[in-house]
Amino acid sequence: MSGAEYLLFILMLSIFLGFELINKVPATLHTPLMSGANAVSGITVVGAISLAGTGSETMAMWLGVGAVTLASINVVGGYLVTDRMLGFFKKKEG
Amino acid sequence: MSTELITQLGYVVASGLFIFGLKMLGSPATARRGNMFSALGMLVAIVAALLDQGIVDFTWIVAGMLVGGAIGAVAARAVAMTSMPEMVALFNGLGGAASLLVGWSALSPDSGTITLVTIVLSILIGGVTLTGSLIAYGKLSEKIGSGAITFSGQQIVNSLVVIGILGGAVMFCLNPTDPNWLYLVIGLALLFGIMAVIPIGGADMPVVISLLNSYSGLAACAAGFAINNNALIVAGSLVGASGIILTQIMCKAMNRSLSNVLFSGFASVSNEETVVEGEIKPITADDAYYVLEAATNVAIIPGYGMAVAQAQHVVKELTELLEKNGCEVNFGIHPVAGRMPGHMNVLLAEADVPYDQLLEMDEINPRMETVDVAIVIGANDVVNPAAREVESSPIYGMPVINVADARTVFVLKRSMASGFAGIENPLFYKENTRMLFGDAKESIATLVREFS
Repeated sequence: MSGAEYLLFILMLSIFLGFELINKVPATLHTPLMSGANAVSGITVVGAISLAGTGSETMAMWLGVGAVTLASINVVGGYLVTDRMLGFFKKKEG
Repeated sequence: MSTELITQLGYVVASGLFIFGLKMLGSPATARRGNMFSALGMLVAIVAALLDQGIVDFTWIVAGMLVGGAIGAVAARAVAMTSMPEMVALFNGLGGAASLLVGWSALSPDSGTITLVTIVLSILIGGVTLTGSLIAYGKLSEKIGSGAITFSGQQIVNSLVVIGILGGAVMFCLNPTDPNWLYLVIGLALLFGIMAVIPIGGADMPVVISLLNSYSGLAACAAGFAINNNALIVAGSLVGASGIILTQIMCKAMNRSLSNVLFSGFASVSNEETVVEGEIKPITADDAYYVLEAATNVAIIPGYGMAVAQAQHVVKELTELLEKNGCEVNFGIHPVAGRMPGHMNVLLAEADVPYDQLLEMDEINPRMETVDVAIVIGANDVVNPAAREVESSPIYGMPVINVADARTVFVLKRSMASGFAGIENPLFYKENTRMLFGDAKESIATLVREFS
C-alpha cells in the first residue's frame, strides 16, 4: 500500500479516533481544548520545515519560511496559553 | 537505519503523544499533563522534520521558528482570559495561513494531478480559514461591528464566488504552469472567507470559531496530503474532529442547525412580540442579603455580562462567605454562556472557583427545585423561560437553565434592555423573580460587605 490510498486510510482512522476522544472531553475544558487544538494544528510547521530549508532563495522557499513562522506562533502560543489556562483548574480542597 | 526511517518513526511517536495528550484532556485532573505530552509530541515531530536530508540551509528555518515562537510566547502570556475567544480566532487564522503557504510552496512543475488537487484544497481551506478568522477576530474584539452584515444579492455574489473558485481550481489543475489561475483561486478563497463570516451575528460567534477551528485542522490535513506527510494528516484530522464536535454542541445548545447559523443572521428571525404578564419587582442589596443569609442552597448562573463587569473575583468572595454560612453553592453553566465553548469555566477557574463546583446545564437543572436562591449574573437568553413556554419565541426549543424552578431568583442586571439576541425575557416578570439593578460587580461587592 502506498501513496494517496495509504494516506486516506490514516485519515479515516484518525477521524474516528478524534471523534471518540473528543466526545469524552468535559464541557468545562472546551476552551483549553480549542486552544490546544490551535497548537496541534501548528503541526504544519513540520511540513513547512523541509520547504523552507532548500537554501534556494526561490519563492517556494520564502513561502515555506512564512509558513514556519506562522505555524511556530501557533505551536508556542497555543501550548503556552493552554498550559496557563489548565493551571487555573483546581479541585475543591478538603 | 536511514534518516528517512527515523523521521517517519518520529512522526509515529509524535502522533501517539498527540492522541495520548488528547485522551488526558478527558479530566481536569490530568489535562495539564496531557497538554505537556502533546507539546512533547510536537517537539519530537519538529526534531524528526529537521533530520530531513533535503535540508541544505537551516538559517531561515531557525529564524522563522525564533520569530514565530517569540511572538507566540508573548501573546500567550499577555492575553487576558476574557480575550481568549479573540486569541483562538486569530490562531485559527494563522493555522489556515500556514497551510495555505505550505500548499502553495509545495507546488512544483512535476506535480501530478492528485497532488495538484490536494494543493488546491489546502490553499482553499487555508485561505477561507485565514480571512474568515480575521473577520471573526474583528467582530469578537469589536474592531468591526459585531452585528450581521447583510445586503441584497448576497446569495448571488456568494454563488458567483463559489463558481469562480470551482472554475479556477479546475483550470489550475489542468494548467499548473500558469500562475494566474492559482492567484485567482487564492484571491477568491480569501474573499469567500470574508463573505462567509460577515453575515453571521455576534451571538453566533461561538459556533463560528468552533467551525473555523475545525477548518484550520482540515487545512493542515489537506497540506499533509499535498506534501505526503502522515503527521500532518493525523494531527490535522484530530483538530478537525474536535472543531466539528464543538460546533455540533454549540448548535444543539442554541437549538439551531448549522446551516441556519451560517446562512441567516439572528436579526432576520421574525421578532414577534411576546405578551408578558406580571410586573418587575426590584430588590435592594440589603434585602437580597437577608434572603441569601437564610439560604442553604444557592446556584449562580453566570453569563458573558459577568466577564464584562469583571465580577468573577467578587463572585468568588461571595461564594466563600455563603459557604462559611453553611450554604451549598454551585455554578450552572450553559454551553453557550460566554463567547466560546467553555469560556465561563476558564474565567471562573481563573478566579479560583474549584472545577467541581462548575455544573453543566444537564446537571444543574434537575437540582433546581431544591435551590433556595438562583442568582443570574449577566446572563439573559440562556435562562429565558420563553424557550420552554412561548412557542412563537425565536428561541423556542433552545435548552435553557430552568432558574424559575428555584424558590427565589435574583437577576443582576444593569437595566431593562434585552440580551444579545434582542429577545424579551419573561423571567423578569415571574412571581419569584427579584431584579437587583446596577453594575453586577458593585451589587455583589455590596452583598460581600453586608456579609463580612
